[in-house]
Amino acid sequence: MEYSRSELMPGVFLSHLRSDKFKTACMSVNLLTQLKRETAAMNALIPSVLRRGTQRYPDMEKLSARLDELYGAAIEQVIRRIGEVHCLGFFASFPEPAFLPGGEALLGEMSGLMAEMLLSPVTRGGLLLPQYVDSEKEKLLDLIRSRVNEKRSYAVQRCLEEMCCYEDYAVSRFGDIPECEAIHYKKLSRYYRELLRKSPVELFYCGQARFETVEEALRDAFAAMPRGELDFDIGTEIRMNAVEAEPRYFEEHMDVTQGKLVLGFRLGECMEDPDRAAIHVFNAVYGSGATSKLFMNVREKLSLCYYASSAVILRKGLMIVSSGISFENFESAKTEILAQLEAVKSGEISDDELLWAKRAVASDLRASLDSQGELEGWWLSQAVDGGECSPTELAELVENVTKEDVMAIARSVELDMVYFLCGSDEDEEEEDEDEDTEA
Amino acid sequence: MKIQKLDYPGIGETLYSAVLDNGLEVRVVPKKDYSTFYAAFAANYGGACRRFTVDGRELDTPAGVAHYLEHKMFDLPNGDSALNILSANGADPNAFTSSGITCYYFQCTQGFEENLRMLLHFVSTPYFTDETVQKEQGIIAQEIRMGEDNPGLAIYYNLLKMLYAHHPIRDRVAGTVESIADITAETLYDCHRVFYAPSNMVLCVEGNVDPETIVQIAEEVLPKEKAPVPAADFGPAEDILPAERFHTEAMEVSAPQFLIGAKLTPGLTGTQAQRQRLVAALALRMLCGSSSPFFTRLYADGTLNNDFDYEVDASAGTITVIIGGESKVPERVLDELSAEIARVAAEGFNEAYFTRSKRASLGARLRALEDFDNVCVSLAMDCFDGYCSFDSYKLLEEISAEDCRLFVAESLAPERLALSVITPKEAKA
Repeated sequence: MEYSRSELMPGVFLSHLRSDKFKTACMSVNLLTQLKRETAAMNALIPSVLRRGTQRYPDMEKLSARLDELYGAAIEQVIRRIGEVHCLGFFASFPEPAFLPGGEALLGEMSGLMAEMLLSPVTRGGLLLPQYVDSEKEKLLDLIRSRVNEKRSYAVQRCLEEMCCYEDYAVSRFGDIPECEAIHYKKLSRYYRELLRKSPVELFYCGQARFETVEEALRDAFAAMPRGELDFDIGTEIRMNAVEAEPRYFEEHMDVTQGKLVLGFRLGECMEDPDRAAIHVFNAVYGSGATSKLFMNVREKLSLCYYASSAVILRKGLMIVSSGISFENFESAKTEILAQLEAVKSGEISDDELLWAKRAVASDLRASLDSQGELEGWWLSQAVDGGECSPTELAELVENVTKEDVMAIARSVELDMVYFLCGSDEDEEEEDEDEDTEA
Repeated sequence: MKIQKLDYPGIGETLYSAVLDNGLEVRVVPKKDYSTFYAAFAANYGGACRRFTVDGRELDTPAGVAHYLEHKMFDLPNGDSALNILSANGADPNAFTSSGITCYYFQCTQGFEENLRMLLHFVSTPYFTDETVQKEQGIIAQEIRMGEDNPGLAIYYNLLKMLYAHHPIRDRVAGTVESIADITAETLYDCHRVFYAPSNMVLCVEGNVDPETIVQIAEEVLPKEKAPVPAADFGPAEDILPAERFHTEAMEVSAPQFLIGAKLTPGLTGTQAQRQRLVAALALRMLCGSSSPFFTRLYADGTLNNDFDYEVDASAGTITVIIGGESKVPERVLDELSAEIARVAAEGFNEAYFTRSKRASLGARLRALEDFDNVCVSLAMDCFDGYCSFDSYKLLEEISAEDCRLFVAESLAPERLALSVITPKEAKA
């Protein structure tokens, strides 16, 4: 796979990955802006509104009919946050010519359609259609509210919110309800125009077409991209230590049969000059995967839960441990999760454990070369970081991580928030009071 | 051993397949330029296969055995866990149990042959003691509890209970905390002996591999003898109409969730089964897919959102259409869908819409081939139903707009539809 990158026009960058092995090509466009509570819901709403209709295909039925004709080509809105950088745009995928009856190349048509979706929505009097804005706003509100339906991810999200309550990261990629409710189509139209002018833009392509061909297709398609004074002043503020001297505790009650315990950590001073390979290996030793200490001890040895695993949010310098437990196992699960971290800190890591962790991390990185979706996410994150490290290069760095490197990361990690989602009947509440005093 | 090679030039794939002397079917899809290796080893045995005969004894096993067995298969006689060994070797192993099958799989980028040997070895080596079986109860009980809090599962099983009067597909695959309490090492041995015979299993591999090596490894590691293929007893045939048509339950959700379901003619195999599923999928795409007049209208007026989806779910001898999502007014969705079904039954699908939907379906199927997990698991499931999903691309060409109209008119007739709803709990005062 060959990687190239260029600036097509001021602040519009193309990352190009040439590969012959896939049956479909993929392409994405992302506007980059600062994640903030005031604007997050507007950012999240814009792609959905734009996806409703363009000047040539003004409603969903016409737009879908066109995409169906293009052999089920897809263009979907994507909202991500990479650290505190909010990325909004579209992800497209379409069959490579070799697999189409007439051998037709869809690159030009798809570049045009994706650009049209971003730049030329259907409007009235220059404004986004109020019925589209209102309808998508309702759907976004439903989506924000629906996070409660999946308790596992809900608990993780709530822990992050509480832990980062003084930081922009507290707001989810979809924004919050009050800000979303306040959106008006006129204000959103103005904001959208401003965003187009000032945001750095990241384009990505992975497929069989050569760099020059893709560059030309996208340059033509995005020729009308308005470029004003660009706002490159976007990034992530990383808090190195816990907010208070003692870890904060937050408890929430719901009518559930299983409790969700989530611990939020700061990765700490290792984030000053993060050794990514070491952080990934540390995470694998401690809590991600079947050879990790959390899986082997909290689940297998003590049978305390069905899942207990850690995940690192590298670009914000955080680590989350999440676990599904019986309510009464709160203390024992928490104690064991923290004890395993202590074990990593003090170097209770066997050569095997280190080797397994390195293999798992390197294997994941190498496997990502076979997935266009993962490659797209990888290179977008690299673009946000200003880096050009490939998954293969990071996999090689992983091989050189030592036990001391892993211990150093563990020692830098600091617990900041304990979050517990538990049941709501009366008996539980008495128990919970006890736990409050302990915490 | 004869390995059959089949080229699928339209989709750029080649499938190698063989049936070993012990009855195991092997399917291999070589992928030259990929780093990933994927192997799926599946038994035609799932949560619904609870009643069967072994050595003249009729057994009626508790709900949740197949899934419990899946958890315990990873234990090796020397005290090691296959999950740890594979993980330690850099592989990403896992397993799932559905109502129809149990599937063990791993993905890796190195040491493939060694990992494959381990996969075949541990799945064919039962080792249970009452102590180890007992110990797993805590973990599985937590998994069951997690499922009980999941509205998606609740609404799905409520629907199956409405559609099926007695077929064991109605019960949760993982069972209940009570039903798993009676499972012993002996139960697990019985089930393993009956259902994990190579003649009741399939091995699917995708990656940069040589098909002959795969076959050779399978012959070396697995038992040589060919055991008779067992049959689970799912009880008497079900009526084609739902046992119950409407059901509502309250849970901790943000908005009402709903599923509309219908049973299709069960028991088809081979090309007939494949054709039935292709017609159903294409007809549903046109009736209520993301480009359909029905969906675009209800999306625009706020009745539906992007959660809306449909699927054809074939498992344990049943086949079920499931359509659903989130809506503030599920009953209205059912009314509108019924009206659309009536319209399509009367007018059919127009030819231009049909042609372009077929194109879209082709593109979507092509995209699905990029996913190792999807390719291997589908190939395994198709194998038990006597067909191969790679033939779908060719078979799709033969399907007509009239086939699709007939499907909608007959299989989705109003009296065949059931509606399962989860509503939000009333806020406490």
